[in-house]
Amino acid sequence: MIKLEKRPQPSRLWTVLAPLLAVLLTMVVGGALFWFLGANPFEAIRTIFWDPLFDPQFAPFSRPQLLVKAGPLILIAIGLSIGFRAGIWNIGAEGQYIMGAICGAGAGLALYPSDSVLVFPLMILCGALGGWAWAMIPAILKTRFGTNEILVSLMLVYVAENILASMSSGLLRNPEGMGFPGSRNFKQWEAAHNAELIPNTGMHWGVVFAFICVIGVYVMLTRHIQGFNIRLTGDAPKAARFAGVSPARVVFLCLGLAGALAGLAGLFEVSGPAGQITIDFNSGYGFTAIIVAFLGRLNPIGILLAGLLMALTYIGGELAQLMLGVPGASIQLFQGMLLFFLLGVDVFTNFRIRLTKPELA
Amino acid sequence: MKRRTLLASAAFAASLGTAAFAQDPTKACFVYVGPIGDGGWTYQHHQGALALKEEYGDKVEIAWQESVPEGSDAERVLTQMALSGCNIIFTTSFGYMDATNAVAAKFPDIKFEHSTGYKREHPNVSTYNARFYEGRAVVGHIAGKMTKTNKIGYIGSFPIPEVIMGINSYFHHAKMANPDVELVVTWAYTWFDPAKEADAARAMLDQGVDVITAHTDSTAPLAEIGKEDGNAWGFGQASDMAAFMTNDDGTPGPRVASIIDEWSPYYIKRVGALMDGTYEQIDSWAGMPEGEVVIGEMNDAIPDDVKAEAQELIDAISSGEYHPFTGPINRQDGTPWLAEGETAEDGTLLGMDFYIEGIKGEIPQ
Repeated sequence: MIKLEKRPQPSRLWTVLAPLLAVLLTMVVGGALFWFLGANPFEAIRTIFWDPLFDPQFAPFSRPQLLVKAGPLILIAIGLSIGFRAGIWNIGAEGQYIMGAICGAGAGLALYPSDSVLVFPLMILCGALGGWAWAMIPAILKTRFGTNEILVSLMLVYVAENILASMSSGLLRNPEGMGFPGSRNFKQWEAAHNAELIPNTGMHWGVVFAFICVIGVYVMLTRHIQGFNIRLTGDAPKAARFAGVSPARVVFLCLGLAGALAGLAGLFEVSGPAGQITIDFNSGYGFTAIIVAFLGRLNPIGILLAGLLMALTYIGGELAQLMLGVPGASIQLFQGMLLFFLLGVDVFTNFRIRLTKPELA
Repeated sequence: MKRRTLLASAAFAASLGTAAFAQDPTKACFVYVGPIGDGGWTYQHHQGALALKEEYGDKVEIAWQESVPEGSDAERVLTQMALSGCNIIFTTSFGYMDATNAVAAKFPDIKFEHSTGYKREHPNVSTYNARFYEGRAVVGHIAGKMTKTNKIGYIGSFPIPEVIMGINSYFHHAKMANPDVELVVTWAYTWFDPAKEADAARAMLDQGVDVITAHTDSTAPLAEIGKEDGNAWGFGQASDMAAFMTNDDGTPGPRVASIIDEWSPYYIKRVGALMDGTYEQIDSWAGMPEGEVVIGEMNDAIPDDVKAEAQELIDAISSGEYHPFTGPINRQDGTPWLAEGETAEDGTLLGMDFYIEGIKGEIPQ
């Protein structure tokens, strides 16, 4: 008989091993999937994991693109991980990302065509504020009326999407765009363009902010009293209350931080790689970041690595579609497997397997 | 082809004495905004790509990528395509416009073709679109004849010139077929969202609208119209949607006809031109005469005389003798737009931001 037995302490070994094993299992099962689709499984796995990094034809371009793709994922996931640690489930980062982008871009476009050096800092500030304000809605509703933040934050994503559609075909529409939806392109306006800081590295301000946040949150969680309060609230809510931690304050802090970081990610994306506000410029970063947060064990360093890994599967997945002709849905399936196996393998962190002899009746 | 490979392949061909031209195939790549199984917009583009492959066989290689978001991902996907050796890249959604031009600047030797856009910032960028308003004219005529409540509907995606042009053409021809007709426009603010599209159709049906055309891509409106059991009718959009042509019991289904986007002639023409060296930058806006806009088979819900009239209209547009926007047509506020016999200029149509006389309501801003 196989029995699961709860460990007295989460296993340190498995905390490290679980993500690695999950990636390995994904490769094996994903490989089988590609094989059934008629592609060579080894070639498919190589195209996804190896070619974007080392293939001489693609790597010089796709290596920096890893940072571009991972930047917003890391930034959002870092914010989310703080709330997840405290047991506050913000599922609506996508909405906060959209609102940050709209507010930041809107603030910038209001000043068009100014070439002041203050335009971009102002956009950054408004981006963070936009995301923060959108996250305050579930925070206030939760603390005042006890609503469920999972539902409220998720529903607000759809509200934000509609505001985005209205903005891109109305208020923020490019007046020189012949009536088509979509704002001016920030790439053609230097003062507001979130350009690459060093050419061909993929480094833009959003990536820089992501790195700063990784370090900042790491320090906060391990060295600062707020970090301790957050972890305590998540691990032992009653103890936290006895220790004088205000649950409402933690809710505001966690949702506010997550919202602000998601808003920043949206602003950096819209003023840089995406270039303009369009009807559906958001491409699910806010939801993917949830996977990244868990894949990284809610640990800042883990999230950094998980964000890069996720970006790799996107870029490699695109190459696999292009070079091997596998359908787009199979790539999404492949990414889904990664989370599925991670959660599955996670059992071994808190439980161990005991083999016992079957008892005779 | 490089001189070296030319020599090598010549030597190879000579040595074997059999092999045909060992020429590198021309690689045509396609970027799709939706999945190739969407049954509408992307499906039709992919059918065009497959027709291209069918036409030229081994001389052409095709590759594609589906569900590419229109944000920052597009530029990366396009660059990877360019690096992978594509000779010509078709970007099949309006939202790829800036990305297409940005990547085209970096790869001057590769041809880029952007569908439904207007920016050609570099000599290697062409644009192409189809005159869908020609199809709207035909279904508008059918709608005007078929309605019993004198209320017809239009599910708009976004208030952009392309859609406003379609609404005007649809209403103008419905009105000519039936002077009492009234038009209800419902904006869905999406290109593809079956739930929203069904809601829009339902809202109009509940107001007494009994013929609906959609500018969105899913089959959901047809499914909703089908619930009226033969008292309301609709049209296939982008693709034929033939599954709704006949009900299971053999009676005519809710889809009485359809407007089909047929991209094959364009793809075959352009890749052919690239191969024989006659390729040039163009801004293509073709329609029924070139076979790029096709009306799908009309089902038996349409009376025979209306079918015949619709066919006459199709023939007149296809031969070029009739332009769907031929005056006299006034603007919504009653001021004249086109005088008797005058036809609309392409520039006005491409920037169309006004309704014609008789349409109620305002274009959302």
